[in-house]
Amino acid sequence: MKTQITLNVNGQQHEVNVDPQTPLLYVLRNNLGLTGPKFGCGLSQCGACMVLFDGKANPSCLMPVEQASKMEITTLEGLADENGNLHKVQQAFIDEQAAQCGYCLNGLVIASVALLDENPNPTEEQIQESLYRNICRCGVHARVVRAVKKASTT
Amino acid sequence: MKTTRRTFIKQMGYVSIGFSLLGPVCLGKEGTYPNANIMEPEDPDHINAWLRVLEDGRVLILTGKMELGQGIRIAVAQVAAEELNTRLDLVDVNLAETGVTANEGYTAGSRSIESSAMSIRHAAAAAREKILKMASQKWDRPSSELILEDGMISGGDQKMSLYELLEGKQIEEDIGEPAEIFGKTKRKIVGQPVPRKDIPAMVRGELEYVQDLKFPDMVHARIIRPKSYTSKLGSLEESGLQDFPGFLKLVRLGSFVGVIAEEEYQAIKLSWEVQDRATWEAGEELPADVPLKDYLRTLPEETETEEDKGDWKNAFEKAPVKHSAAYYKPYLMHAANGPSCAVAYYNDDKLQVWTHSQGVYPLRETLANLLEIPEDAIHVKGVPGSGCYGHNGADDVAAEAALLAVEFPGRHVRLQWMRDEEHLWEPYGTAMVMELQAGLSKEGKIVGWKYDFWSDGHSSRPNGEPRTFLPARFLDRGHGVPGPGFKGGAVRNSMPYYTIDNLQTTSHIFRGPLRRSALRALGAFANVFAIESFMDELADKAGKDPVDFRIEHLDDERAITCLRKIKRNTTEVNLGEREGIGYAFARYKNSASYFAVAAHVYVNDEEIVRVKKMWGVIDSGETINPDGLKNQTEGGMIQAASWALREEVQFDKDHVTSRDWHLYPIFRFQEIPEVDVEVIDRVEEDPLGAGEAAQGPSAAAVVNAVFSATGKRVRDLPVNPVEKYLR
Ligand code: FES
Ligand code: FES
Repeated sequence: MKTQITLNVNGQQHEVNVDPQTPLLYVLRNNLGLTGPKFGCGLSQCGACMVLFDGKANPSCLMPVEQASKMEITTLEGLADENGNLHKVQQAFIDEQAAQCGYCLNGLVIASVALLDENPNPTEEQIQESLYRNICRCGVHARVVRAVKKASTT
Repeated sequence: MKTTRRTFIKQMGYVSIGFSLLGPVCLGKEGTYPNANIMEPEDPDHINAWLRVLEDGRVLILTGKMELGQGIRIAVAQVAAEELNTRLDLVDVNLAETGVTANEGYTAGSRSIESSAMSIRHAAAAAREKILKMASQKWDRPSSELILEDGMISGGDQKMSLYELLEGKQIEEDIGEPAEIFGKTKRKIVGQPVPRKDIPAMVRGELEYVQDLKFPDMVHARIIRPKSYTSKLGSLEESGLQDFPGFLKLVRLGSFVGVIAEEEYQAIKLSWEVQDRATWEAGEELPADVPLKDYLRTLPEETETEEDKGDWKNAFEKAPVKHSAAYYKPYLMHAANGPSCAVAYYNDDKLQVWTHSQGVYPLRETLANLLEIPEDAIHVKGVPGSGCYGHNGADDVAAEAALLAVEFPGRHVRLQWMRDEEHLWEPYGTAMVMELQAGLSKEGKIVGWKYDFWSDGHSSRPNGEPRTFLPARFLDRGHGVPGPGFKGGAVRNSMPYYTIDNLQTTSHIFRGPLRRSALRALGAFANVFAIESFMDELADKAGKDPVDFRIEHLDDERAITCLRKIKRNTTEVNLGEREGIGYAFARYKNSASYFAVAAHVYVNDEEIVRVKKMWGVIDSGETINPDGLKNQTEGGMIQAASWALREEVQFDKDHVTSRDWHLYPIFRFQEIPEVDVEVIDRVEEDPLGAGEAAQGPSAAAVVNAVFSATGKRVRDLPVNPVEKYLR
């Protein structure tokens, strides 16, 4: 049964009319057109779908949309400021060319933003540990760690 | 049609992304060009097959290759910008698309730079020469007084845009042999680590992947999978399905079952419902109770001597030191991060497909045969997806989407596989068994060498035959299952690159139990893993340093340079308790990039091998983009280390069981080694394919390092099987 649900995404209120059990990821991508978050596994195993829930990075692929309505959600699209200036993590990924296909990038950027929020100066080991939920099949990990390190010092 | 199209281009002077004959056009974020009806590409001998001058001053490069994350877009933009002496932001790239770009076959075998980028380089250089000639005639000035820069041509006080000079036309002349290649003589843009243009879009979430395409009328589909490769649909109760929210259609074609719904999650829920209602007849059993390594040797095989030089047997018999060893490599998965996806639209007997396939033309041909639709009624547009590392589910999902679209005409049908479909149904990299024997002389030189390898074919890409598509076998139309595949893939790098007088290599090709196709490096991964492990074992027998031992068996200076550098880059390494360092080398295909690698490993308290650091030295001839080359090589090293340490496709008697990231674990961030890659740039040489060069050597270096750390030789991959973690 479809229900009217209010979501707070990237600082804006959105009304959606969906099955309340629908995982948030599909609503973000298909109803709100926010395709930064990707479908990777639908099992909370790979991190491709991560968004910030009240500032914490977590997968959105299993979270029923009705539960998500209680939180402030930030997606990749919402990281840049009003003038379009990139978040320092985004900029560092560009500077380090930390991507091949880039399918994993959403989750990696989101998880790194949350990490630096909590720990502005992580060691390489802490960076690796905090990205353990994210899969990258192209093997850009070493660049990603460099990028996060760089962002932490800017 | 040809004349119409040509006239059209002459009149309009630009090419389009769209295909407006076939109804709604996907303009997407990249499709910002005006529309035109392009039905077939230009003759690839002509400049305009590769390059178009747009009205707004930009140049559009047409490559028949796909962006797979390897950075082909920036590489071809660099070579074109160099020849046209233009800023990079004035160069756009159109990826593989039927009817628009040249038919360059597949984006595979690390050949995109060698083929597509070089065609574009020549076309752009020829374009520059033609442009200068035209301006020189027009203004009656020698071309030496003219300057072409950033899309403008000037001489004396005259100046005009390329577009004006060409009067809106394109350059149709033959490419011929341009007199000067700026990429070789000036090299201002080529050879530079130019940043990719797609990464800023990626970090903003603005890059459009095939998974992200959206059309106003789009519907969503999912497939209901059988129990096994050969099981057939028994019964399926359809009544009441139409009452489920969003239900649009159940498609049943033999044992191929799909469901179409308005919304994506509705389609997923419906697929679960249909699966619950379906019964499947058991198919043939898979050989689950015998170790696969032994089972493969019991299969019927086709045996062929691939190389036979001197008298290996005699040399081996006489050698004072003899050694032999057998190695094993399991089935490996491409395991793309993003499951395969396609959008298909069928209307008025015409079909459009958006795909991350590596070959839009072969896909089109095979779709035509599967669907019995003429090829010229099908338009296939390449849109980047998740990295694929070879032939994965990309073509299968495109075929499935097309089958569904034909059954549900008039709306765009989007189909994305679920994670378990990707893991369980993609065509894997085949398992292989490798056996080596060699003799050593008193001086520690290899005197006789015998190599036997057992492998399935390595590639079953769409080649016009519908059976190469996964769904074909379930349609009950007698398409059958794929043929023996590409044997050349198994033979790749089975010949050692070393100077050995007496040797013999023999292939034994079987048909294995699992679906398989091209996985990055194909047979070169297992062949190089075995040969480079064995070289290490021989060096040990000969009492020699493993790098010196290799150098003593090489006469190619470029190979030797790579090995010397890798040795030098690792001299400072201090090894702790239960740590070791291992080396390996190969020249990919024995004709492409040279790659030497070192791995520093340690063995932890749970007997699990971890890689601390890896060093690589790569010589790919002329380097177009050194950072792109590094990125590819680093990624290859990390991926190959993951293959070697962790990965193995497992199955029970029904089907594959490695259905997700827990049951098919790959490297996660804590397991990632530090990586360090040195690029040797040789401007005077031709560029060589590089994307697959790291795979085999990296695996061997890891295993050789384990030996250096523990004195124990691992000959069966993976080094750390899943069971180790469960102990
Ligand atoms: S898609 Fe959500 S964690 Fe993989
Ligand atoms: S860059 Fe392709 S999965 Fe990470």
